[in-house]
Amino acid sequence: MIRLALALLLLAGPARAEEVVAALSQDRVSISTSFDGSEILVFGAVKRVAPAPEGEGPLGVIVTVAGPDETVTVRRKERRLGIWVNAEAVEVSRAPSFYAVATSAPMEGLLTRTEDQRWRITTPRALRAVGAATMSERAPEFLQALIRVRRAEGRYVTAPSAVILRDETLFSTTIALPSDLTEGSYDTRIFLLRGGRVVDVHETSIFVRKVGLERWIYRLAHDRPFLYGLLSLAIAIAAGWGASAAFRLVVR
Amino acid sequence: MQIYLPIAEVSVNAFLLLGLGGLVGVLSGMFGVGGGFLMTPLLFMIGIPPAVAVATEANQIVASSVSGALAHLRRRTVDVRMGLVLLAGGLVGAALGVQVFNLLKSMGQVDLLVRLCYVLFLGVVGGLMFAESLRAIRRARREGPAPRLVRRERGWVHALPLKVKFRTSGLYISAIPPFLVGLAVGVLAAIMGVGGGFIMVPAMIYLLGMPTKVVVGTSLFQIVFVTAFATMLHATTNQTVDMMLAVLLLVGGVVGAQVGARIGTRMPAEQLRVLLAALVLAVCGKLALDLLLEPAELFSVGTADA
Repeated sequence: MIRLALALLLLAGPARAEEVVAALSQDRVSISTSFDGSEILVFGAVKRVAPAPEGEGPLGVIVTVAGPDETVTVRRKERRLGIWVNAEAVEVSRAPSFYAVATSAPMEGLLTRTEDQRWRITTPRALRAVGAATMSERAPEFLQALIRVRRAEGRYVTAPSAVILRDETLFSTTIALPSDLTEGSYDTRIFLLRGGRVVDVHETSIFVRKVGLERWIYRLAHDRPFLYGLLSLAIAIAAGWGASAAFRLVVR
Repeated sequence: MQIYLPIAEVSVNAFLLLGLGGLVGVLSGMFGVGGGFLMTPLLFMIGIPPAVAVATEANQIVASSVSGALAHLRRRTVDVRMGLVLLAGGLVGAALGVQVFNLLKSMGQVDLLVRLCYVLFLGVVGGLMFAESLRAIRRARREGPAPRLVRRERGWVHALPLKVKFRTSGLYISAIPPFLVGLAVGVLAAIMGVGGGFIMVPAMIYLLGMPTKVVVGTSLFQIVFVTAFATMLHATTNQTVDMMLAVLLLVGGVVGAQVGARIGTRMPAEQLRVLLAALVLAVCGKLALDLLLEPAELFSVGTADA
């Protein structure tokens, strides 16, 4: 039985001469009251059954982390009656709330255009792939703007050469998650590349959720909004009263 | 110390929030205004989503107005009947305002609406106040006898039906004008995240002809209930009230207001009013510039729920 399995593995071998083995420093991120962003260490190694193939170009690693998809509306301001107002809008039906790409070398030499299209690795590809149905002919301009705005906010990150690769075997990189994270599952993909082609991919997820007080407040606000409204009024009034009473005590 | 706000979903420095609350509190204590018109734009500037800023500010105003309103009730400087008429208008106005707010939010124009309201009202009120207090200072310099404020008698306000006796104010006027004033203030409370005292107080004095000593108490009375109603509406329809943000702003604000009140009593009233007018005009000018100058980034990104 084991021999049969081994034989099958060997048969399947040539297509996957190199495999990626990877892990994350943490696969859960808890948003607590003092949450101020988080750094995830992604590390791993290349597993080989045979010596590294020669003449197929250098080895490369790309790590991508994508936050939960959301529907976003990109609006452009125009001058109307002397003031700047939102005019034209394009809806992108699914754009990741966060997207980070880290590579072991500059993107151009690492990845061919067709492979990028197939695996949707670079940021424009990750966006374009998901929301193409609702796009008008002016969409490219709006998509570029979306990427530009979110880069400025630190939500879309491209870090060329941020993956450290040693002896074509060990690799590691850190992905910084910003402080204004959305809850959900962050899909993480680790690509192994040779000569511009994807050789192997490892997929895993990071779960981000609010905990403790944050979770309680958020759930209450969404599940029982009426009670939450009353409670926030009561708490605010009590806090206001308490602070003024305390101040009067201190001054006396 | 960074603190993550559960509803706004941003991480902000807690001391920055306490400081902002304190600063606006000092100003509001000095000038006897609510400070919502300063706080809401400041919250926009530090990156709180506008919908959350407006809703949370309404919550904060409730708390900071309660103690003032109670003090006035104890001193019997509240015209409760007038307050109830203003309140009836205010509740209708707040309900309308939240509807308009949600409609424009779905159209992507809520930012524009809020800013336009600010520029318009701050500009008009600031300008009037500035001119008025400059005149008062000049008059004081000339040391002439101050001409008594001539109250408008038998204007159109008095020709309307539904007359009601407001005993505390010593007025016998139609209930329609105070209802409309309340309505306008309610709309503003819901859209701009302000109490509306800066609009209501002049309207009560100049339009309704109420005696000055009951004006502040009555407006506080109305503001408490209208902003509480607006808070509930925002909390139940949009889930945009951030409890944690409100408490942090409040603690700073209440302490600041006590300090400000002490500073205020040591400064002459006219100069104080010129300062307030200048402040209002400065905020107005900053917001107007944002609308008039070409923004560096023409595009903006909005998600479906924020």
